[in-house]
Parts: sequence; C-alpha cells; structure tokens
Amino acid sequence: MKPDGTLTMSAVAASPAARTGSDYAVELAGVHKWYGAFHVLRDVNLRVRKGEKIVICGPSGSGKSTMIRCINRLEEHQKGNIVVNGTELTNDLRRIDEVRREVGMCFQHFNLFPHLTILENCTLAPIWVRKMPKKDAEEIAMKYLTRVRIPEQANKYPGQLSGGQQQRVAIARSLCMNPKIMLFDEPTSALDPEMVKEVLDTMVSLANEGMTMLCVTHEMGFARQVADRVVFMDAGEIVEMNTPDQFFSNPRHERTRLFLGQILH
Amino acid sequence: MSDATYANQTAYLRTTPAPAEPPPALAQGPVAWARQNLFSGPVSALLTLASIAFLVWVIPGLVRFLITDAVWHADSGEVCRANQGGACWPFIWAKASFFWYGPYPESQHWRVDLVEVVGAALIVWLLWQGAPKRNVAALLFFVAFPILSFVLLRGSDWLGLPVVTTDLWGGVLVTLLVSLVGIVFSLPLGVLLALGRRSKLPIVNAICTGFIEIVRGVPFIIVLFMANFMLPLFLPEGWTPDRLLRPLVGTALFAAAYMAEVVRGGMQAMPKGQYEGAASVGLGYWQTMRLIILPQALALVIPGIVSNFISLFKDTTLVAIVGIFDFLRTIETAYNDPNWTSPTTSATGLITAAAFYWVFCFGMSRYSQGVERRLRAGRRH
Repeated sequence: MKPDGTLTMSAVAASPAARTGSDYAVELAGVHKWYGAFHVLRDVNLRVRKGEKIVICGPSGSGKSTMIRCINRLEEHQKGNIVVNGTELTNDLRRIDEVRREVGMCFQHFNLFPHLTILENCTLAPIWVRKMPKKDAEEIAMKYLTRVRIPEQANKYPGQLSGGQQQRVAIARSLCMNPKIMLFDEPTSALDPEMVKEVLDTMVSLANEGMTMLCVTHEMGFARQVADRVVFMDAGEIVEMNTPDQFFSNPRHERTRLFLGQILH
Repeated sequence: MSDATYANQTAYLRTTPAPAEPPPALAQGPVAWARQNLFSGPVSALLTLASIAFLVWVIPGLVRFLITDAVWHADSGEVCRANQGGACWPFIWAKASFFWYGPYPESQHWRVDLVEVVGAALIVWLLWQGAPKRNVAALLFFVAFPILSFVLLRGSDWLGLPVVTTDLWGGVLVTLLVSLVGIVFSLPLGVLLALGRRSKLPIVNAICTGFIEIVRGVPFIIVLFMANFMLPLFLPEGWTPDRLLRPLVGTALFAAAYMAEVVRGGMQAMPKGQYEGAASVGLGYWQTMRLIILPQALALVIPGIVSNFISLFKDTTLVAIVGIFDFLRTIETAYNDPNWTSPTTSATGLITAAAFYWVFCFGMSRYSQGVERRLRAGRRH
C-alpha cells in the first residue's frame, strides 16, 4: 500500500461497477494548498466511497482540518482536483453552493447562531436554502432534534445549553439539510470530558445508518469502532492510511509510530 | 469539615451530605446602605459631602429662576421686563403655536396635527416590543406614512387641500421631519456602506471607503452647503430639488457615513465561525449577512447607533444655516420679537429648546437600553 490511497483503489477494483467515478463521495487528486509561502497541503490524494467512514488524525498543524475544509470550500485549494458527489469544486459559485447543500459540517466550536433558538438554528437553512415551508422545516428539525435526544431544548438559545448539547444541535442542524456527506472537524476537542461520549454516541449512530463521514478527531476508540480507514497526516501530506485494525496494531511509517506512541498511553 | 480534620489526613470519604446553608446575612436598611455606598472611606465621605454642597449651591438658584421668581401669567412682555430674576413663561405660551408649526398657515394646522398624531401612533406601534403585527406597522410607517405626510403637508389642489410650499414649513414639524428622514435613511445606507467597505470587490470597496472618509472628513455645515448648492448641478436641467429636500439629502448622507463605521465595528466583532457556520449550511452572501451577521452585529452596536441618532437629532439645528426654519430657529426668531423683549426672554426660550431636545434624546437612550436588556435576557450568555 502506498500512502496516497492506492489501497482503496485495489480494494475497490474487485467490483467492476465500483470503478466509475459516481461511486465516490469525495475525490481529492493531487491537492496542494499554500498559506502565503507556507505549503499546508502537499499532493493530497484521497478517495472516499459512498457510505465510507474515514477518520483523519495527525499532530496539530498537519493540515487535516485544512483538508476537510477544502471539501466544502471553506478553504480554497490551489492545485489539483476535488470532486464532491460528482461536482468538481472550482471558483464557480453555483458549484460551491451545490456542494455545500450536500455536505454537512460540524466544527470544534459548534458555530451555532447564538441569536436564534435551537429550532431556528435547525430550520434556517432548509427554509432559506431549500425553500421549504416553515412548517415542514420545523417538523424535520424536531425529528432530528429527537434523534440527537434534545427535543425538549428546541426553544432555548445555544448559550443556555451545555457544550455537548450544542454539538448535538450542530449535528442536527447539518442533518436537517439532508446531507450526503458529513464532515467533522474535531467535534469533541472543545468539550468537557464528561460530554464527549454523548457526542460520539450520536456520531456512531449516524455512522451505523450509512452516512459518508470524514472525521478529524483524536478519539481513537471512535476510530476503532466505526472507521473503515484511518488516515494519518503529518506536515501537510498523507503519511499512512489503513484499516483501523492494521493502523493501530501495525503502523508502518516511523512518524505514525511516533504519533501513536504520543497519544496512546 | 473544619481545618482541624485536615491535619495528617490523605484519604477522605464523605459519609454525610454537606448541609445547604443560607448566605451570610447582609446588612440592610438605609443606614447600612449609606455607610456602604456614601461613606465607605474618608475619600468617599469627602466626595459625598462635596457633592451635597454643590447641589445645595446650585438647586435653590435654579428653583428660584425656573419656578418661584418666574413670571407665569402675562399678556405681554411688560411684566417680564419688570421682573429680572426669573423665567418669562408667558412668552412660551404665547409663541407655542409658532414653535410647533413655524409659519405654516394657521387655518391648515390640523394637517400637521394629523400627520404628527398618525406618525406618533405608528412609531409607538413599531417600537413597542409586545405589540401585535409589527410588520404591518413597519409597512404602514415606511411606505404609507411618508406618502400620506407628503400629500397632507404639502397639499394638492386636486384633493381640495390648499398647497403649502415647503418654505412655509417650520418649527418642531421641520425638526422632527429632518431627524426622522435622517434616522430612517442613515441606518440602511450605513449598513450598505459598511458591507461595501468590507467587500472584497475592489471597486465597490474603493467607492464606499472613499465616500465614508470624505464625508466624515468634512464639517456638517459644509455638507449642508454642498447639498444646497451642488445637488441641483447633479440633476437634469430644469429639475430643481426642493429647498427642504436638499438638506434632507445632506443630513442622511452625512449620518450614513458615521453609521457605516459603527456598523462595520459590529461586523468586525463577529467571529469567523459565524461566517463558516452559515457557509457550511449553504447560505449565500446576502442571506448570511441578513440572517446571521447583521442581526448580531447591529445588536452589538446599539449604543453606538443610538448615539449617532442622538447626534443627528441635535445636528438638525444646523439646517437653519441654509435657510430652513427649524425649531431652534423659531425660538431665536421669537425671542427677538420686540413685544417680548426682557432680560430673561432669550434664556427662557433656550431652556425650553434644551428641554425639548433633551426629552427626545433621553427617550431614545432609554428605549435603546430597554432593547439591549431584552436582547441580553433572550440569549443569556
């Protein structure tokens, strides 16, 4: 296996139908990005099949957040191709909107809208982006708030909820747009320890329902439990990628071993 | 658990729950309050005494001038001329109608009254937080009311209302008109300018930044003169803007430049995560601004916005220099009336004017504090 994702290619090659591009939810090919002169992403290649769960880990500053933020164009890549759900990301604003409608994202700091109630946070995008009638949007919002187990908080404001509850609202807010792909950017890093589990449980149940997920996280228990592949990034490049089993029990690259040695005590 | 039990103890296990206790009793009553707040130390005691001395020195003089030594009833300035030590209130009663309507023809005053009553009712409906159907109020106030006011105040032969040209408008009517137009237009214009100044499009950015910096860098009086003399030059030939319209445009543009910077300050305080959260659910630029950024940014800078409204309200007194007969100008004209000349007539007029401006400005300030309190209570964080 090469670190650029060839493992997937060969694994997928077993079924001929899977070779068409439409089977991939996300494809990154030769992606580069610079912040000024600083080279943050270096030749990143990653293909994510529909329904696949990818966990991305790596030391801070390794480019993992930048990479997933490129997938919904919160960051712009400068070289290479990114195709999301069959749409290639370019400067075309319509394509960016198209991709963002299909891709949900949860942030480390939730980024809920503090001036709106929990219910309004969830109905805002369906109403304004999907042009859904308010009543239908509220019905769907309540469905997902029930799913993340906080329907009773619907009329409160984000500031009145705990961190774990806010992150679950953020997940529900994304789900209300009925996304095909979910991106998680360190969703549990800003939480108090006792609230990590409730968020991870929500993510696990989402994974079990077949959602395509890319998660930047240091929760290795979560990676073992749900990930199809673990991607290890360092210094802007994908260093190693493998099934969680192999990744944890048999890391091959020196940098992976060093990193795992530091986070698994 | 007292300190004694800490001694040489490394392991501890609570066996009985710690009892809930009320907070220690606070000293209550006026004496305790005064001791805590007025005489908490030698410096505070000294300041309290100095303040009391100052009030004792000032208040009796004011009370004498405004109330006890003032003239309350008279038919002409005679009595006021004889009484040098107090205010000349009959002057205000005699001129009240002139202050309110300016030179507007007396037989048509009901038109001004009607506009003011309707306007006041709509403003109360619009600003009263608990009122039903405030969007209807907004529609009436911003669309129907301006048309109604214009038709009523100016008149039209077609409707059988004699035409009253704007050079006959004056007094409180004009002050309120200029302020209201300035307030209503400066906020949306300011928001657009602020968005433009933060825009990544270089031409939009340059135009907005240039406008803001030029208008803020020029005295208001010059803006008024420029609006008065230069506005006609920008319009097609033969189309002379009304002499009252010119300072209205000048006031609104001047206030908008200041408003833009206040609004921009609020927008800069918005964390990047709010833009990203909005982008991640697929909201576009205008939706993000209208639904996410502006509601929060404007709420944050309410004190600055209201501060600008208050300045604007008082700055309307400057429109007098381009020949507009505003409230302050009617006061000035009135105290120069030889019938009412007395040593205290002008002071009485100016105190009345000051009280008028203060009531409106203080009202705006209190209202904005109420709005801020409500926004804080709603969010609680």
